[in-house]
Amino acid sequence: MSVPRYWREIPQRHRLLGKKCVKCGRTFFPPRTVCSECGSRDLQDAKLSERGRVLTHTVIRSPPAEYERYAPYVVGIVELQDGVRVLSQIVDCDPDEVKTGMPVEATFRKVAEAGESGIIRYGFKFRPIIE
Amino acid sequence: MKPIQQVGIVGYGAYIPRYRIKAAEIARVWGVAGDRFPIDEKAVVGLDEDTITIAVEAAKYALRRARIDPCELGAVYVGTESKPYAVKPSGTVVAEAIGATPNVLTADYEFACKAGTEAFQTCIALASSGMVKYGMAVGVDTAQGRPGDELEYTAACGGAAFIFGLRSENTLALVEGTYSYVTDTSDFWRRDGEFYPCHAGRFTGDPAYFRQIKCAATGLMKELQLQPGDFDYAVFHQPNAKFPSSVAKDLGFSTEKIKPGLLSPVIGNTYAGSSPMGLAATLDSAKPGQRILMVSYGSGAGSDAFSFVVQNCVAEKRDLAPRVWGMVDRKKYIDYAVYARHRRKIQA
Amino acid sequence: MRKVAIVGVSCTKVGEHWETSLRDLFTQAGLKAMDDANTAKIDALYVGNMCADKAQEQGHLGALMADAIGLPGTPAVKVEAACASGGAAIHQGFTAVASGLYDTVMVGGVEKMTDLQTEEVSAALMMAENREYTGFTGITFVGLNALVERLYMETHQVKHEEIATFAVNDHKNAATNPYAQYPFPVSLETVMNSPLVADPLHLLECTGIGDGAAALVLCPAERAREFTDTPIQISASTIATSKLAMYERDDLLTFQATRKAAESAYKLAGIGPWDVDVLEVHDAFTIVGVLSMEALGYSERGKGARLAAEGQTAAGGRIPTNTLGGLKARGHPVGATGVYQVAELTWQLRGGAGKNQVSGAEVGMAQNVGGVDSTAVVHILRRTN
Repeated sequence: MSVPRYWREIPQRHRLLGKKCVKCGRTFFPPRTVCSECGSRDLQDAKLSERGRVLTHTVIRSPPAEYERYAPYVVGIVELQDGVRVLSQIVDCDPDEVKTGMPVEATFRKVAEAGESGIIRYGFKFRPIIE
Repeated sequence: MKPIQQVGIVGYGAYIPRYRIKAAEIARVWGVAGDRFPIDEKAVVGLDEDTITIAVEAAKYALRRARIDPCELGAVYVGTESKPYAVKPSGTVVAEAIGATPNVLTADYEFACKAGTEAFQTCIALASSGMVKYGMAVGVDTAQGRPGDELEYTAACGGAAFIFGLRSENTLALVEGTYSYVTDTSDFWRRDGEFYPCHAGRFTGDPAYFRQIKCAATGLMKELQLQPGDFDYAVFHQPNAKFPSSVAKDLGFSTEKIKPGLLSPVIGNTYAGSSPMGLAATLDSAKPGQRILMVSYGSGAGSDAFSFVVQNCVAEKRDLAPRVWGMVDRKKYIDYAVYARHRRKIQA
Repeated sequence: MRKVAIVGVSCTKVGEHWETSLRDLFTQAGLKAMDDANTAKIDALYVGNMCADKAQEQGHLGALMADAIGLPGTPAVKVEAACASGGAAIHQGFTAVASGLYDTVMVGGVEKMTDLQTEEVSAALMMAENREYTGFTGITFVGLNALVERLYMETHQVKHEEIATFAVNDHKNAATNPYAQYPFPVSLETVMNSPLVADPLHLLECTGIGDGAAALVLCPAERAREFTDTPIQISASTIATSKLAMYERDDLLTFQATRKAAESAYKLAGIGPWDVDVLEVHDAFTIVGVLSMEALGYSERGKGARLAAEGQTAAGGRIPTNTLGGLKARGHPVGATGVYQVAELTWQLRGGAGKNQVSGAEVGMAQNVGGVDSTAVVHILRRTN
């Protein structure tokens, strides 16, 4: 992933910034230009909730290039408190501790590095809630 | 040094990674006999954590307690000796991730373990002068310990963030004053390009740690006309379990006074995070009206001393984010091999 | 719109073709298909491929392959729709002939995945998904399907073994297919004991990595007898898409694109699901086979796995499925698979499927999917007498 591609969607990757349709209220992540529900083009920035529950998950044991150093890792669909679903790694617990319905919260983590001299790509992941 | 306008802490937060390695496990690998170690166990970063991610966690907890909009932050300073980038301030990533950009001052500070408190002083000055509304100072590290060296037992990972602003009913701890004592003393250093630091053995004790801390502490107390008895708590830089207890005793502070902030036995030396995390842990239980002395120490060398007086709103604010001792209990033990993987001493 | 017929087919064996380049692999299939159609010329060429940009650093496959088969100057383009590239290429070829614009059209699919290392293949396959958000998490294409499998099993209380039977069925059929990548049976126990790739998906529930090329020659039905004695008519060629990021869909357990494409196809062909005699489904992963069967109308929601477990999809069952090995055992050279499926149906309907022949097969249907049902292409074929 080139620097410009990573950089242009940092607010979305780092701050869970989605888009909300002004007309029908549906919130989207990733952000959209046109509402897929009502067709409106009036969408505004909307910060997503940082808490949710695991809907389903898998354990990646054969990672793609640049993610090898983290394997095995869990990726799951998290349903946030505001109803939006996101795809995210689930961290800070053993893979076999992840269960459907588990409450989780967003955390800021390294996602991948472009080698030892390239940039570090950061993004959100989810973890069991620290009370 | 006293700021012209009164300044206080409006929010604070700390973060400890989940993993721990016991000192006994490190000793096992090197064949070291006995069961007395500088600390019991230390905190280790996860595979996907670094100084920046820890700083962001601590910063977000601080924002929760401060109850301010991140764009009201006029400064974000990160003090660390384990920056992910030698050139590119950790502060830029932290500030963007928390929503403080683009109208923000940022830079990374380096002064070994007192880099965080350097940032405290800058933020206090900026807020007091009216140049910024709020300034955030983060002390955080994921410093490396040389395999087989005595510092391998203690070099640990963690951080804390503090937000400073002009005194208001939002202030949870008032800054009474600060005092720094700095000399050219090479007790511990890392040359450019080197992965591991070096140190001068026993020279790191009396001429370095103890001299700077004592001079900073006595200098502050003299300026503020306070005695040890006027303080309810004291937080000293914690490279191990022994040094902070020792210097407390020398200065006239009982063990009870340093206890709430004494984290090193169970999380190790978090370098620039050390005394800031101790302060955060102390604020987690301190009562309004109580006075806290905090003295950092950074090799090279120097100490920054601060006096804080806890304010009324601390009680309602402290529950807005996780407490430090709660995070101490969130842990998973790893062995030396996994530790070596986490610390990239071996790579995939 | 004219009626369209398939008058020539060819496939290469699916496997690791270390010595054969992308263009030579395509050329083998292309020339043999032209020979099968008794023609030395074509009016247009559509090439289906997904990964050549990454694997061979080669784009512009339309012009390249037209040249490679000895017909530079022929109208030609590459068609890409992830793993549905083959099916999508057939759809383009079909519309070209049906519209009257071209007469003899070659549709080919080719893929050489073994030019990449495994982790690079993983990264290449993720081009099928939203890169900025889905790919960014480090999930693999297998992982995305694993999410669906777990959710399916937990939601519908279905045993993993029932779903895994799809792989067993594929392998049984591939055992007598001379150009299958894995021409041997595997037991359910072997599948369930194979290593986990992305929990809960086991290795043998997932297609392997292989190279292959397949080609068809199409022409207007009224001219078919000029080329072959056994023309097979394309009664329907449909395509549909759905939201690319699968987790955004309201219903994560229904393949809406397949359902849409199938409904249109059934309408165009004037048939229903059980009028199909031989079926090809896109079971890149066992769970995809299950959800495809449901979306194609062969079972209610949550009951698709039973079709395999109860033997209904077996060679002698009520709806013989993946009779030459399917994606798991015949193989899945990604951009070519859609063409393999239709080539296999053509052989079945011609009566030329050898030991795997479904007797009396008159109607065949193929479903080819890109991403996690982000694109679905359905073809219905009919024997003409």
